[in-house]
Amino acid sequence: MIRYFQEIFSGLWSLLVGMRLTARMAVAPTITTHYPFDTLEITPNFRGHIDLVINPKTARDKCIVCMMCQRACPSGCISLKGEKPEGAKKKVLTEYHLDFTKCSLCGNCVETCPVNALEYSRDYQLAGFSRHEFHFDLVDRFRQRAREQGLDPKVGDLTPPPPKPPKPAATETAPDASGSTDG
Amino acid sequence: MSNALPPDLIRLVVSLAVVVGFAFANAAVLVLVERKVCGHIQRRPGPFEVGPHGLLQTAIDGLKLMGKQILVPDNADTKLFRLAPILSFVPPIAALIVVPFAKVLQVRDLDIGVLFILSLAAVNVLAILVAGWSSANKYSLFGAIRAVAQNVAYEIPLLLSLLVVVMWVGSFRMSDIVAAQDGFWFVFTPMGFVAFLIYFVTGLAETNRAPFDLPEAESELTAGFHTEYAGMGFGLFFLGEYTNMLLMAAIATTCFLGGWNGPWFLAVSGTGVVATLIQLCWFLVKVYGIILVMVWIRWTFPRVRFDQLLNFCWKVLIPISMANLVATAVVAKLVPLG
Amino acid sequence: MIPRPDPSQETLVLNMGPQHPSTHGVLRVVLRLDGEYVLEAHPVIGYGHRMHELMGEVRTSSGFYANVGRMDYGGALSFGHGHVLAVEKLAGIEVPPRAEYIRVITTEMNRIASHLLWFGAFLLDLGAFTPILYSFDDREFILDLLEHVTGARLTFSYHRIGGVARDLDDKFIEGTRVFLRRMRERLDVYDKLVTGNVIFRKRAEGVGVIDKDTVLKYGATGPVARGSGLAYDIRRVEPYSVYPDLEFEIPTATEGDSFARYRVRLAEIEQCLRIVEQALDRLPDGPVQAKVPKKVKLGPGDAYQAVEAARGELDYYLVGDGSDVPYRMKIRPPSFSNLSLLGEVCQGVLLSDLVTIMGSLDLVIPEIDR
Ligand code: SF4
Ligand code: SF4
Repeated sequence: MIRYFQEIFSGLWSLLVGMRLTARMAVAPTITTHYPFDTLEITPNFRGHIDLVINPKTARDKCIVCMMCQRACPSGCISLKGEKPEGAKKKVLTEYHLDFTKCSLCGNCVETCPVNALEYSRDYQLAGFSRHEFHFDLVDRFRQRAREQGLDPKVGDLTPPPPKPPKPAATETAPDASGSTDG
Repeated sequence: MSNALPPDLIRLVVSLAVVVGFAFANAAVLVLVERKVCGHIQRRPGPFEVGPHGLLQTAIDGLKLMGKQILVPDNADTKLFRLAPILSFVPPIAALIVVPFAKVLQVRDLDIGVLFILSLAAVNVLAILVAGWSSANKYSLFGAIRAVAQNVAYEIPLLLSLLVVVMWVGSFRMSDIVAAQDGFWFVFTPMGFVAFLIYFVTGLAETNRAPFDLPEAESELTAGFHTEYAGMGFGLFFLGEYTNMLLMAAIATTCFLGGWNGPWFLAVSGTGVVATLIQLCWFLVKVYGIILVMVWIRWTFPRVRFDQLLNFCWKVLIPISMANLVATAVVAKLVPLG
Repeated sequence: MIPRPDPSQETLVLNMGPQHPSTHGVLRVVLRLDGEYVLEAHPVIGYGHRMHELMGEVRTSSGFYANVGRMDYGGALSFGHGHVLAVEKLAGIEVPPRAEYIRVITTEMNRIASHLLWFGAFLLDLGAFTPILYSFDDREFILDLLEHVTGARLTFSYHRIGGVARDLDDKFIEGTRVFLRRMRERLDVYDKLVTGNVIFRKRAEGVGVIDKDTVLKYGATGPVARGSGLAYDIRRVEPYSVYPDLEFEIPTATEGDSFARYRVRLAEIEQCLRIVEQALDRLPDGPVQAKVPKKVKLGPGDAYQAVEAARGELDYYLVGDGSDVPYRMKIRPPSFSNLSLLGEVCQGVLLSDLVTIMGSLDLVIPEIDR
């Protein structure tokens, strides 16, 4: 008989303990963020989909069209093309398509790139109405992003390079250019 | 004109309209309160975007529910399927007419007031049974079966705990019960307190509120008896549920917390407009206080299991309420009221 | 045999899932019910089969690595840890100690996150809606920290063959120390809200009792085995990584019911906190990435690596033929064996208990289906 009541009272007590806790939680401040109006600061290390690195000095991409990223991607979502402008030695990137629907964000492409031409974007607000919206044209994105940074994007630029200037001139201009941007 | 329309009838129609309006408003407010309280307990603000602090959220939700198509499953018993939601929300609204909101604010002061309410509240289980049965869904059926077993079992302690009050007052009439508590409320007597606790627990079970929400146990039965309901059918069940909560809280207030009586130092017993308003306020404060506790409980506890629910009823609630009733009878004999 | 409707018996066949709130994913359990009593429970799996093992046999190890996080979304890092350890074993790559410590720290943090996820989901199965938001509050803290170092919140892709992708910075280390303090306080909240709660106790105690023999028979591991009194933890039984240097206990309970499993997991959170604390104190300096050839040649030969994932023993078996793509990959996920118990444990229990038992097993369906 005593145990019967003891059980009831200890049970009731445990319920009251829980209720006191939730009551205290109820008056504590909320911990959520009102998302579309407030956003959390996102860590600089966030790995979003990939993007081409913009060289702020030249407003060019760094890609040398070596195809390493395309080969390293386990999901086969990268396809890129480059062309050789007339008279140039190196290829210039003209098309870079990322099929983000297949990307597993593994980071292999970024890590294999020999010239660090790829970076992770910090775009996380990715929602769309169809899967076609996630076939990113990174060259296009490059242009947009460069413009946002106030640069005149020079990507996929197929104009033949100026005929080789005499050697001393080239070495002279290079430090000049970098010096001016630094200052 | 008074010949054509007897004043009694006008009074009835007007008060019915008021009661229905009140039931709807109550449901709208309670849904919001529930979501807000739930949110804050879980340390989030609850609905926030529609209107200032999300005040219009329920209105919008109601509109959305009304705009939705009422789907009837293929194998369902169409007539019963459509009848069930109505069955679930009409009786509690009808029962509201005997609730004394203030000294004069009572549509009908039936001399069997308590019985009237209880019998109407019991129809709720029928609605759930019909809904579960007609849905042609196994989960719904389980919900319905659970509801019947649960409500039938819990009706007993519910009645027994109310009988304590009735025995004390010697009348089923709501106004008598309130009048008997002028100045001292039954909940402050030992027997009254026990009866109130038991009533509260059974009230939770009768309205299928957590932790006794077995008929709609989400994690087990997806949504229980209203799994198949969409749109306004679902909305009406909601309305019924919240009106039932209101009803349970109103009975508790009337029978244990002194009805529209304020605490003794603030009691106003007139019949004027101001006095009525004050009484109404007291009544609503108590009712919503009880409902708030019900909501608070819901967001704190896990759900009980079916056999535990019945065990608890038969092994704890019924014996204690029986003993309580006997004790009340003895005390009432020895110490006549007043 | 999947139960089928049988008109000659007065029983009901109920399909629970693949879309059901408490099967946590696309698991289908076919039940034969007598009233609310479960006569037979037959799990049907495979709705989320994605051929991860086959993909492991056509992709290079680093290419496959992104897949492991997709198997167990709750504890992606332990799955990754097992994979890279197996590959390193087969390829004979030495991992710098700092990288190994970092792996342990992040894995243990991930284990806490996984247990917190389970805690919330289990209580949700029991009909308590609030605990999951409290536990997610803490889990969020962990995920923020892990996001800071790995760059992702769920499928971390953090390990690399021969190291980890990024070194820990001060922000992570400080944040983790704050978390350790905070989590110890929060465990008290859980105790008050859930462990002591009479309704919870009544629903979990004595429900789904799994005895030692059943555990051994079905090869169940992890908290399920430890809840039945079997102190079987790969971190101690077949030590790997830097676990031998760290001090921690293996919490066990003897009852074998859902409540025992619950207690074991909560106690494990405490032990994880201890491990993380020690590992942070001992974190050596040095590189986090070993020199690894561009093409990681596997074998010829085979390698077997067992690790303790949040849900139990996780094994990788790799056969290499000298190329950089494994010839054979076999993964033994913990939940598969844990789920196999269900049919035996659930005979004659109530429908509500079935949900409790399933919750207490902590099933992650994608890991079962692979
Ligand atoms: S992150 Fe991985 S999957 Fe995505 S594009 Fe790069 S290599 Fe391919
Ligand atoms: S690996 Fe880098 S440089 Fe090579 S093609 Fe890809 S982005 Fe260009």
